[in-house]
Amino acid sequence: MREFFDMSGYGSFVWSAYAIAVGSLLLNVWMARRQLRAARDEARRRIAMQENQ
Amino acid sequence: MNWVWFHRFGSPPYFYRFAGRWAPWFLGIAAILAVVGLYGGLVVAPTDYYQSDVFRIIYVHVPSAYLMMMTYCWMAVVAAVGLIWRIKVAHAVAAACAPAGAVFAACVLVTGMIWGQPTWGTYWAWDPRLVSSLFMLFFFLGYIGLRGAIEDRDRADRASAVLAIVGVVNVPIVHFSVDWWNSLHQGPTLMRSDGPAMPMSMAWPLLVMLAAYTFYFLAIMLTRARAEVLRRERGGTWLREELARLEVGS
Repeated sequence: MREFFDMSGYGSFVWSAYAIAVGSLLLNVWMARRQLRAARDEARRRIAMQENQ
Repeated sequence: MNWVWFHRFGSPPYFYRFAGRWAPWFLGIAAILAVVGLYGGLVVAPTDYYQSDVFRIIYVHVPSAYLMMMTYCWMAVVAAVGLIWRIKVAHAVAAACAPAGAVFAACVLVTGMIWGQPTWGTYWAWDPRLVSSLFMLFFFLGYIGLRGAIEDRDRADRASAVLAIVGVVNVPIVHFSVDWWNSLHQGPTLMRSDGPAMPMSMAWPLLVMLAAYTFYFLAIMLTRARAEVLRRERGGTWLREELARLEVGS
C-alpha cells in the first residue's frame, strides 16, 4: 500500500496531477449545474414579471 | 437521405428535453468508465521502463488534451452552423463549450507542467506544443471575454462564432507540433500510423479514460447548453410547462 502511494518516489507529482485533474472535472460539473439552476430561476422571474403586466 | 432528425435539434424545446434526458446518463457512464480507467492506470498498468511511475500522469493528461481539442473543434463547428443557418440552439451549444474547454486547457497545462519537472527537469519551456496549447487556453478565454463584453446576445453570438472559427487554425498546430518542430514534448503514443507505442496493458486504461472523458464532455456540454437555451427563451408555452413540471417534481 505504501509503495502504491509512493509511486517509486514520484508520489507528489503523480498524486498532485491526479488531484488537479479530478478536481477540475468535479468543478466543471458543479459549475454547469449551478448555471442551469440560475438560468431556471431567471426564467421563472421573467415569466412571473410577464404575467404581472 | 432524411435529415429531419437533425433539424429537430434546432427546436429549443426538443433540444432542452433531449439534453435533460441524456445528460445524467452520460455523466453516469463517464463516472463508471473513469473508475475503471483510473484503476487500470494506477494499479493494473505496469511501471514504465524509462519514466518509472511518473508516466501514470498520462492517464489524466492525454484525455484532458484530447478533450481540449475536441471541445474546441465542436465549438467551432456548431458556431459555424449557427452563423450560416442562423440557428439559435447552435449558438447556445457553442457558448456552452467554452467554459468547459477553458478548464480542460488549464488542466492540460498544469498536469503537463507537473509531468515536465521530473522528466525534462523544468516545469515550463517555450516549446511549440506547450505554447500552442497555451494559445488554445487563450482562445477559450478570449471567446468567453468577447461574449461577456457584448451586451446584445445576437451580436455576441456572431462575433464569438467568428473568433471560434478563426481559432481552428490552432488545432492542427497543437496536434502536429511535435512532428513539425523539434519539440521537447514526446511524440504521439496512441495515434500513430504504425500502431500504439505502448503495450496493451498500458494502452487500455488510456482508451477507457478517453471514452470516459468523451461521455463526460457530452454531459457537461448538454447541461450548460440547457442553461443557455433557457436564457435565450422569451417565455414560450413550453418553457412555462417545463418550469411548472419541475415545481411539481421537487
